[in-house]
Amino acid sequence: MNLKPETLRRIDEVITHYPVKRSAALPLLHLVQEDVGFISKEAIEWIAQKLELEPINIYELVTFYPMFRQQPIGRRHIKVCRTLSCALMGGYKTCEAFEKEFNTRRGEVSPDGEVTIEFVECLASCGTAPVVMVDDELHEKVDVAKAKQISEQIKREKAERPNG
Amino acid sequence: MRAPQQRRIIFKHIDEPGYTNDLACYVRHGGYEMLKKAVGMQPAAIIDEVKKSGLRGRGGAGFPCGVKWGLVDRKSGKPIYLVVNADESEPGTFKDRYIMHQDPHQLIEGIMITCWANNVKQAYIYIRGEMPHGARILEKAIAEARAANFCGPNILGTAYGCEIYVHRGAGAYICGEETGLIESLEGKRAYPRIKPPYFPAVLGLYQCPTIVNNVETLCHVKHIVDMGGDAFSRIGTPNNTGTRILCVSGHVQKPGYFEYEVGKITLGELLNEVCGGPLPGRTFKAVIPGGSSAKILRFGETFTLKNKDGSTRTLAVEDIPMDFDTLAACGTMGGSGGVIVMDDSVNIVEALGNINAFYAHESCGQCTPCREGSLWMKKITARMVHATPRAEDGVLLKSVADQIAGRTICAFGEACSWPTQSYVAKFPEEFRAYPEAKKGKTHVSALPLV
Ligand SMILES: Cc1cc2nc3c(=O)[nH]c(=O)nc-3n(C[C@H](O)[C@H](O)[C@H](O)COP(=O)(O)O)c2cc1C
Ligand code: SF4
Ligand code: FES
Repeated sequence: MNLKPETLRRIDEVITHYPVKRSAALPLLHLVQEDVGFISKEAIEWIAQKLELEPINIYELVTFYPMFRQQPIGRRHIKVCRTLSCALMGGYKTCEAFEKEFNTRRGEVSPDGEVTIEFVECLASCGTAPVVMVDDELHEKVDVAKAKQISEQIKREKAERPNG
Repeated sequence: MRAPQQRRIIFKHIDEPGYTNDLACYVRHGGYEMLKKAVGMQPAAIIDEVKKSGLRGRGGAGFPCGVKWGLVDRKSGKPIYLVVNADESEPGTFKDRYIMHQDPHQLIEGIMITCWANNVKQAYIYIRGEMPHGARILEKAIAEARAANFCGPNILGTAYGCEIYVHRGAGAYICGEETGLIESLEGKRAYPRIKPPYFPAVLGLYQCPTIVNNVETLCHVKHIVDMGGDAFSRIGTPNNTGTRILCVSGHVQKPGYFEYEVGKITLGELLNEVCGGPLPGRTFKAVIPGGSSAKILRFGETFTLKNKDGSTRTLAVEDIPMDFDTLAACGTMGGSGGVIVMDDSVNIVEALGNINAFYAHESCGQCTPCREGSLWMKKITARMVHATPRAEDGVLLKSVADQIAGRTICAFGEACSWPTQSYVAKFPEEFRAYPEAKKGKTHVSALPLV
């Protein structure tokens, strides 16, 4: 595993938070995914060894918890809430707007590799529906017009990035 | 009719201009004074005050907090843990998010008082994975509190020490169920445990006695120490004490969060006066009063309830006071305080399709009735919406739901059955008419919901 020194430092720290090492499994998965982008077979084995567990103990977490993924996604992750309050306020239309903007379908990586759009369950901000998360950032009241604005912002950031 | 005034205790400073989430601001507003008061009290005395207060849990089940603390096994010699349920994943609920984002120290003070009262040396805040920002705010707040000696070793110069750690979930609703949460915190799949024997109070985290409380519940503890259990118990209504935060979403003019004395505001006042009523040109059709698993109420239906003296009274949906007991008597629940409103632009079959997709996705899969049943209900409603609906589908749906509730390890079985049971029971004509209504259309609702 080729993890950044900062990731390794945080991994060693977080393990000390628990009397039983296994408890650090989710935090380690988060840290590794944030560093590398997804959870590879190698990562599963590395984490298992770090926590003195069998790889299956980590693999069963990767397959259970929706936030962990076994494949890379687009550079930016657009999560649109699909649950009732958001749907009542037009969440499905919001999702379609993003799909159109990036010429992709939910669950897939856009042709330019820039985004992956996903439907997720309630993001606990139902009062400002429809709600969308772009990477770590929550956007509220995202109607079709606002979805276009956000998309344009993402495209601008892509254009401004060195090497595309 | 005039809606009562909000009584903001927990949300006193939420959205207040100039109020920030850092320690200095909290202390300027009298923060951590109650922790100082608490460490001057006997732990048993604090538990007594919480018992006297009548505080009921705000996470969904409404179980009395003092009673829960009283059940903790204090003789085993094992460490006692506190786990803060900050998973907030019941659709329609968004109160804990605002507490953690805007007033994290209020939560930390509530946690520390609870830990002192229960001799807890290690507490974990289990926060939803989808709230990375909230997790960072809490971590910063804990570091600040630790530097100021409000948590960590030798709190406020006493011999007592307690650490708080933030633990992030990873996108599974079942981590909100207290034993699923404990399993998840132990680094496993969030498979709920069978109670008995795994009552957290006796065999919880690492098989040690454990208290699991919701974020809002723990914030109340601080205010109970402040005003005393008796005074707290006079807020609200008998057996439904204190204030509670109601989150309103869906088809109202002004959705949002509000704090009222429990039972002092009716559903009608909340929706029509506080939330500005229905959207222009629309009428209210249905409301879910306590998170998506609460049974739905249909505008126009009435409830006949028994009074204490044996007489009866009849309530319309608009007349229902928002307290635990009356909502239960009307066949639904106060739950997590998440009120979801639907107007006449919504077709109930499609709304159920949306909810069923959620529960099918979130079943942990341990119990056959829940795993298969929630998926089957989702498939039926999805087929109705996207393919060929049949008039008898409503009856079939209800028969599936009836086979789940009461036959499972955890209350998710009920949570996923209640929507189907109640939507079909309250809107049978809409299920029967759905095939005709759908002819030639992709959706009957004004907006796609599934
Ligand atoms: C399926 C399911 C999901 C739950 N989700 C949550 C949740 O997200 N947050 C929460 O505080 N309680 C949730 N609960 C309730 C908890 O199991 C538990 O009752 C609560 O955290 C206890 O705290 P309280 O007594 O302070 O309310 C859920 C229960 C079930 C059955
Ligand atoms: S009722 Fe459902 S969620 Fe609960 S333990 Fe059984 S399968 Fe899991
Ligand atoms: S339903 Fe979308 S945030 Fe809750």
